[in-house]
Amino acid sequence: MKEIHASQITETIARLCEDATHNLPEDVVAALRRAEGSEESPLAKQVLVEILDNVDLARRETIPLCQDTGTTVVFAEVGQDVHIVGGALTDAINGGVAKGYTEGFLRKSMADKPFSARTNTKDNTPAVIHTEIVPGDKLKLMVMPKGGGCENMSRFTVLLPNEGKEGVTNFVLRTVEESGGNPCPPVIVGVGIGGTAEYCMTLAKKAITRKVDEPSADPETAEFEKELLEKVNALGLGPQAVGGRNTALAVHIETYPAHITALPVAVNLQCHSARLKSAEL
Amino acid sequence: MAESIKIQLPLKDADLERLRAGDHVLLSGVIYSARDAAHKRMIAALEKGEALPIDVRGQVIYYVGPTPARPGRVIGSAGPTTSMRLDGSTPRLLEAGLKGIIGKGGRGPAVREALKKHRAVYFLAVGGTGALLSQRIKKVDIVAYEDLGTEAVRRMEVEDFPAIVVNDIHGNDLLEQGMAQYRQPDRLGSYAKSA
Repeated sequence: MKEIHASQITETIARLCEDATHNLPEDVVAALRRAEGSEESPLAKQVLVEILDNVDLARRETIPLCQDTGTTVVFAEVGQDVHIVGGALTDAINGGVAKGYTEGFLRKSMADKPFSARTNTKDNTPAVIHTEIVPGDKLKLMVMPKGGGCENMSRFTVLLPNEGKEGVTNFVLRTVEESGGNPCPPVIVGVGIGGTAEYCMTLAKKAITRKVDEPSADPETAEFEKELLEKVNALGLGPQAVGGRNTALAVHIETYPAHITALPVAVNLQCHSARLKSAEL
Repeated sequence: MAESIKIQLPLKDADLERLRAGDHVLLSGVIYSARDAAHKRMIAALEKGEALPIDVRGQVIYYVGPTPARPGRVIGSAGPTTSMRLDGSTPRLLEAGLKGIIGKGGRGPAVREALKKHRAVYFLAVGGTGALLSQRIKKVDIVAYEDLGTEAVRRMEVEDFPAIVVNDIHGNDLLEQGMAQYRQPDRLGSYAKSA
């Protein structure tokens, strides 16, 4: 049994919020550089150059990469031998979000009473928290500030089981094409296949936490990811949808067994400013 | 990379006439920020026959809600937000004389029609480049709706602010043209037929 104090969780989350919003992960930067190198359209190339300049400036001058510092999505993998003391896990995480967004001069974008008053909560809380109990005595925290532009383009459907791979392909292509420039391409396409409705969407969200250049561990799924990426890029949308070869940096698929009557598919898009930072306590 | 056209704001007739979808421009001069909440108030004012808090005639509106400025800085991160959300309000402002809009993503048919009719241009700034764009904003003053916080209307003086013409006054649409040029239907399988 290991004790972790709530205040330690709060401090870690606050630091991750600031770090994530200013420093783009290296794997994403490398993928953007490759895209800039391979892009055929001069205008799309210009867009990618501005995106890469922005990455450098944000880091150097401590300016958030994007003004939309997002809904704060937190993945917490809690080892079953961990004992959290000094407060509740949820409060500790939200305390960290409030601290990070206030002290870090980040935009507070959360509106309470979403269908009526839409009052700003003033500190970007509450975070959306996904907790998973895992073996061991570690607490892994991952912070993903998720922008509205890409999140709002999420789609879910339940296909007929016999629609299979082709059905999934066409649903993903339609989702990306209809989203146009709104999710800020080049995007990372997260796809969830299987499970139930809410679980399928969580799979799609988890898929975008994987490193850009890391294929699925399952060879058949990895092959499908590659195929889908080629097709998404054949759409021709390109960076910011100005036309070009690089609509997506990666397609990541996470699967789960599905009920015999259904083939659920969820798509969660991540913008090129694919902000994500993690820490282990 | 694309060649850039330098434009001094406000937009003159000659600028509007020569700009074409796909042009990369560097804008210098004054632009005004406004997004969802400010548009809601401006449209309500117009419906009641009241004056707008800014004279939009000949001006450029930028869809942006910046992060708070760090002490000593002019503004925080300040990139464009999704334009489509403002599609419902845009034709009314174009009718009132607005000549330019900066946002991200495409516009619906009604806005594209109104841009052509009222001879106005829609630009995109690259979404997710708020740090870069903030450096091109040299002076900021809140001029209306201060209570809206990040959504208040700000007068911004910009220098070499990078943007791309999406919709020109001649009815061209960059996003349609771009996708048509780079699409590879033969690699899209059965989707090519269904689309």
